[in-house]
Amino acid sequence: MSAREDGQARRDARNTWLLSAPALFILTFAAAGPLLIMLVYSFLTPGDYGNVVWKFSTDAWVGTVLSKDIFDGTYSLADAHLTIFWRSVKLSLITTFFTFIVGFPTAWIIATRSPRMRTALLFLITIPFWTNLLIRTFAINQIIRNEGLLNTFLLYLGVIDEPLLIIYSDFAVFLGMTYVYLPLMVLPLFAAIDRFDMRLIEAAYDLYASRWQVLRRVILPIVRPGIVAGSILVFIPALGAYVTPRILGGGRNMMIGNFIELQFGQGRNWPLGAALSVLLLVIVAVALVFYVRITSRESSNG
Amino acid sequence: MARRDFSASRIPGFATVAVLVFAALYLPIMMLVIYSFNSGDSIAIWEGFSFKWYPVAWNNEQVREVTFRSLTIATVASVIATTVATMAALGTTRRRGTKGQTFIYVMINQPLMVPEIVTAVALLIFFASIKVATGYQGLGYLITAHAAFCIPFAYLPIRARLEGMDRTLEIAAADLYATPWQAFRHVTLPLLMPGIAAGLMLAFVTSLDDVVITLFVKSAGQDTLPTYMLAQIRRSVSAEVNAISTLLLLLTVILLTAFFLLTRKRD
Repeated sequence: MSAREDGQARRDARNTWLLSAPALFILTFAAAGPLLIMLVYSFLTPGDYGNVVWKFSTDAWVGTVLSKDIFDGTYSLADAHLTIFWRSVKLSLITTFFTFIVGFPTAWIIATRSPRMRTALLFLITIPFWTNLLIRTFAINQIIRNEGLLNTFLLYLGVIDEPLLIIYSDFAVFLGMTYVYLPLMVLPLFAAIDRFDMRLIEAAYDLYASRWQVLRRVILPIVRPGIVAGSILVFIPALGAYVTPRILGGGRNMMIGNFIELQFGQGRNWPLGAALSVLLLVIVAVALVFYVRITSRESSNG
Repeated sequence: MARRDFSASRIPGFATVAVLVFAALYLPIMMLVIYSFNSGDSIAIWEGFSFKWYPVAWNNEQVREVTFRSLTIATVASVIATTVATMAALGTTRRRGTKGQTFIYVMINQPLMVPEIVTAVALLIFFASIKVATGYQGLGYLITAHAAFCIPFAYLPIRARLEGMDRTLEIAAADLYATPWQAFRHVTLPLLMPGIAAGLMLAFVTSLDDVVITLFVKSAGQDTLPTYMLAQIRRSVSAEVNAISTLLLLLTVILLTAFFLLTRKRD
């Protein structure tokens, strides 16, 4: 490398850092940095009126899965916590699966339209995606609540005599999450299908493959990165969902997000809230690593 | 070429599912909009067409206050986010891979990867100690928090625009003895403008929509429109919330359409 090129490279590097510095500063101050402070707080002792006392303790971490008997000091599994974890994971997985089941045909149909139609349909998928999550959840709430549209309509028709109790149940949360996160599944699936060479299907048919075989052996393996991306994009926000379970699940059907908030409100246990948040972050990190490994293997094979 | 007419791309049942999905996506939102024009208070029983909920919402002192606060935060935060994101995009695109580039990408996209509730908790903890230490309770916390999570939304369209830009004009400017600053000011920046405008819009919408981080960071009496609406939905539902939602929806659609037109690839 000549001295001149070397100097240019060094200037490039310096400019990269100088120009990125303000963004990095804001992100360190108000996004990444506080995560480290949160980790510290998870090892402190809760204060009597919220906040913390600066005294080291692992109680919060133990408390995420175990509960201590206040009389004899023995530990047992914290059933209430485990129920909430299980509900969060279960609902997020079901939501991811269901968004895929209905999202895949939708993405497929969009990708196989004429360019004009495609742009229009993509725009139609994008609008709900950018529409306030609160408004979309609220729209679902209005439909399924006891005195809501669905019940009013069914009662009017005489199909039912009493309102269906859909709202404030796990099913309502699942329904709401599927509704609000569906675009996150459709968009990456579309991107993957769009790159798919339709002639491969033709070739498979020429070789006497059945429809099902084409779908399983030709289409799904090739669009797999899109499936993984969509699943990650739905699963992560679903697992950390706060607004949807709050509006549709009510007070009893909490998910991790609501349980975390509780620790900073009535619970007055900031360290436990911090520990639960770190735990959630770790689960998300594992999911992301899984995603990166799958997609990088995919690209090295291709 | 023949892919549209090719029978294999029509898998039975797919079209039906797609139609149902689009219907299911829009039906709830449309009902919400329709019932904002209901003359009764019910969100399920139609009592005739009326505009009355819009003036009701507008004359509600609290609604006006939280709307103004939301718009203030979104404006300031999105301008800050877009400014620093533009600089970062200029620093990280179209140059040889620098050591630490991956670090910068990860940092910028970090708000997209970390669940909102986790960021919210971290900020609550961090800002709580700053509030105690400095005594400052103002909007600065919300603005800073919003600016941070808006950065990736502003960064991505600007970066995409930069990468698609033709370099020859800038090289021509340099050949004609333009200083780097002049070349930037009179060539690069005007070409980059659609990307910047698109980034600004996405950042604005993102800030305007935020519920969770705002809920955790705000001090007493700093409700924004979404946190106010969340509280309203919990209490009692009146068509007033539908009217506010409809207006917000309209704003989003307008900004999105503008974004689409700005980023559309020219044929």
